[in-house]
Amino acid sequence: MVPTKHTLVALVQDKPGVLNRMVSLFRRRGFNIASIAVGSCETQGFSRITFVVNGSETMVEQVRKQLLGKVVEVIKVSDITDEDIVVRELALIKVKAPATSRSEIIQMVGIFRADIVDVSPDSLTIEITGTEDKIESLLGLLQPFGVKEVTRTGRIAMLRGVQGTGE
Amino acid sequence: MKLTGAQILCESLLKEGVEVIFGFPGGVVLPLYDTLPQYPGLRHILVRHEQGAAHAADGYARATGKVGICLATSGPGATNLVTGIANAHLDSVPIIAITGQVSRAFIGKDAFQEVDITGITLPITKHNYLVMEAGQIANTVKEAFYLAKAGRPGPVLIDIPKDVFIEQAEFHYPDKVNIPGYNPTLVGHPAQIKKAAEMINNASKKPLIIAGRGVIISNAFDELKQLAELAQIPVITTLLGIGAFPESHPLSYGMLGMHGSVYANWATDATDLVIAIGMRMDDRATSKFNEFAPGARIIHIDVDPAEIGKNVRVDVPIVGDVKKVLNPLIKLIEKNQHIEWVNQLDTWRKEHPLVNTRIRDAKSLLPQFVVRKIYEVTQGNAIIVAGVGQNQMWAAQHYWYDRPNSFITSGGLGTMGYELPAAMGVKVGKPEEIVWCIAGDGGFQMTLHELATIVQDRIAVKIAILNNGYLGMVRQWQDLFYEKRYVGTPLSCPDFVKLAEAYCVPALRVEHKEDVIPAIEKAMQTEGPFLIDFMIEPEENVYPMVPSGEALSKVIEEPQKEVHKWSQQNTP
Repeated sequence: MVPTKHTLVALVQDKPGVLNRMVSLFRRRGFNIASIAVGSCETQGFSRITFVVNGSETMVEQVRKQLLGKVVEVIKVSDITDEDIVVRELALIKVKAPATSRSEIIQMVGIFRADIVDVSPDSLTIEITGTEDKIESLLGLLQPFGVKEVTRTGRIAMLRGVQGTGE
Repeated sequence: MKLTGAQILCESLLKEGVEVIFGFPGGVVLPLYDTLPQYPGLRHILVRHEQGAAHAADGYARATGKVGICLATSGPGATNLVTGIANAHLDSVPIIAITGQVSRAFIGKDAFQEVDITGITLPITKHNYLVMEAGQIANTVKEAFYLAKAGRPGPVLIDIPKDVFIEQAEFHYPDKVNIPGYNPTLVGHPAQIKKAAEMINNASKKPLIIAGRGVIISNAFDELKQLAELAQIPVITTLLGIGAFPESHPLSYGMLGMHGSVYANWATDATDLVIAIGMRMDDRATSKFNEFAPGARIIHIDVDPAEIGKNVRVDVPIVGDVKKVLNPLIKLIEKNQHIEWVNQLDTWRKEHPLVNTRIRDAKSLLPQFVVRKIYEVTQGNAIIVAGVGQNQMWAAQHYWYDRPNSFITSGGLGTMGYELPAAMGVKVGKPEEIVWCIAGDGGFQMTLHELATIVQDRIAVKIAILNNGYLGMVRQWQDLFYEKRYVGTPLSCPDFVKLAEAYCVPALRVEHKEDVIPAIEKAMQTEGPFLIDFMIEPEENVYPMVPSGEALSKVIEEPQKEVHKWSQQNTP
């Protein structure tokens, strides 16, 4: 029972307390939620949530069944870890950028197809979208310049092709 | 026409067929209490502590199959319900807890008697609601009743702020609920049912049915009996499955688990096919998960998909309501005999009976004897409501439950003090039945104040206290696993007879065997409640016993020296 990273996508009714109920089920089993991303979806009144958790196959399956059966507002939960999926995350990175290193940073941003969304005399704020790996590697490269602040959305995911995780 | 929130609540409860509310008033529910007299169809029973209201609603629900209602004020009233709600949650009992909340403007500001009760009860309710508009009450009540009963039943809490009780709104009671996220699977998958039938028909010489409370909830007594008789399959039950199958039936082999019979536990060890019906493979029933029914394939029927494969591996899972699964299953089952297997179980039963010679011949007053005599005097026609601990196990073992749903106890949560208020709820729900509350001296002291409720509302519960001056089950573990260091378990008790009399409940004390039957007869002949304080052998232990964490095959039938060598890891 080796714990592995699982990506769960849930379709839920947009009502107060839903997230609390769901997270509570993970907490009870001692899961540490690596990331969670919530937002509205294609149907009004519903939200789609992407959870990334570490756990063994059977534990995650247990929680998936409990989320589905025991949290009344949950319409559907899929563990799409082993499916063919598109995975994205967005990060905002504020990095020290005095005149001496500025051009080098801008070059790197270009290579990663990231964007500069804010400029100040001493810093740049970079927006990058991609897989976690891509974000990690840009972060690694920016580290020597002095990363001042990082905000990440956590993973969002979707099945490739026509198949959906909705109804 | 516009009604107040309190009126809408009462109207909605009446629409759902509610007759009784177990409650305790307080500041924020005053508008509701002030409205109650307009609705004489709603009988309010004043408990002496809110925990009693929750347990009474629970007992009422178990006995009647209807939703039990308890009502409390905000803050401490609501938190006092928590144990009872958790109890109902673990045993899948449909209750609705209605709590008052501080007025909307005060919520979240640590107002007087404010607690976040929806937050507190989040993990112990099937669902809960904070109703912020009077116009939402009717919908919420409709949903709550549906959720409490549908699929796997459970408790639902509705929290209503004081000013919402007063606010006016149009009353319209909805015909149906719309909960897109909750669609329990009730009808079993035909392919799975076929697979199970094939296994039962062709692939088993030693099949065994393990029946749980799901059979009782689903009202599938006849179906279970048909299945067992058709293929001559022995039936054992879990603690909460007692009353699912008549215990005097030749195919009944009692209860499995930690204090189950030797033959039931051995049968579980020896079977080649477990048909688990409406039970959740609780650790007290299965003991060591990976050594449960080691040589068997397992068919698991349960309405809650999350229970399947949770604790024990399953070969044929069938998600569905027990009755709706058993009906089509029976149609596929061929007549069969398992003579050798049944004979084997009969031999084990003969050689290792529950009532052994020591218990029969003891000079002192043994609890097993007391329970047996209650059975004899009531001729098996009572509903027994037991507490938790030794008294519960003796009640489970030594009364024979032939009638459906005639044993009620706190299984999953193991709530001491459940017995008296629950018995109260049972009697209110089933006034025509004889209700005996079998309590320990420890558990009884946790909720004995409900004696006042019983008297005020004329609830004719008969109470048998098995008084050994100890917190008996814990003492038993100290005896077996902690070298008899009885820490925190010797218990001084009030004079229960005088105490009962102070509450105006007639009572007797029994110290000798010969007085047992006359006392029980006296209780039966007395109208209204009656209490008997049975002074039983103080250090009597419950056997058989499977040491916790061991396989069921390791069941110990009689006290032996070797039990002292059991591992120190065995903690309750």
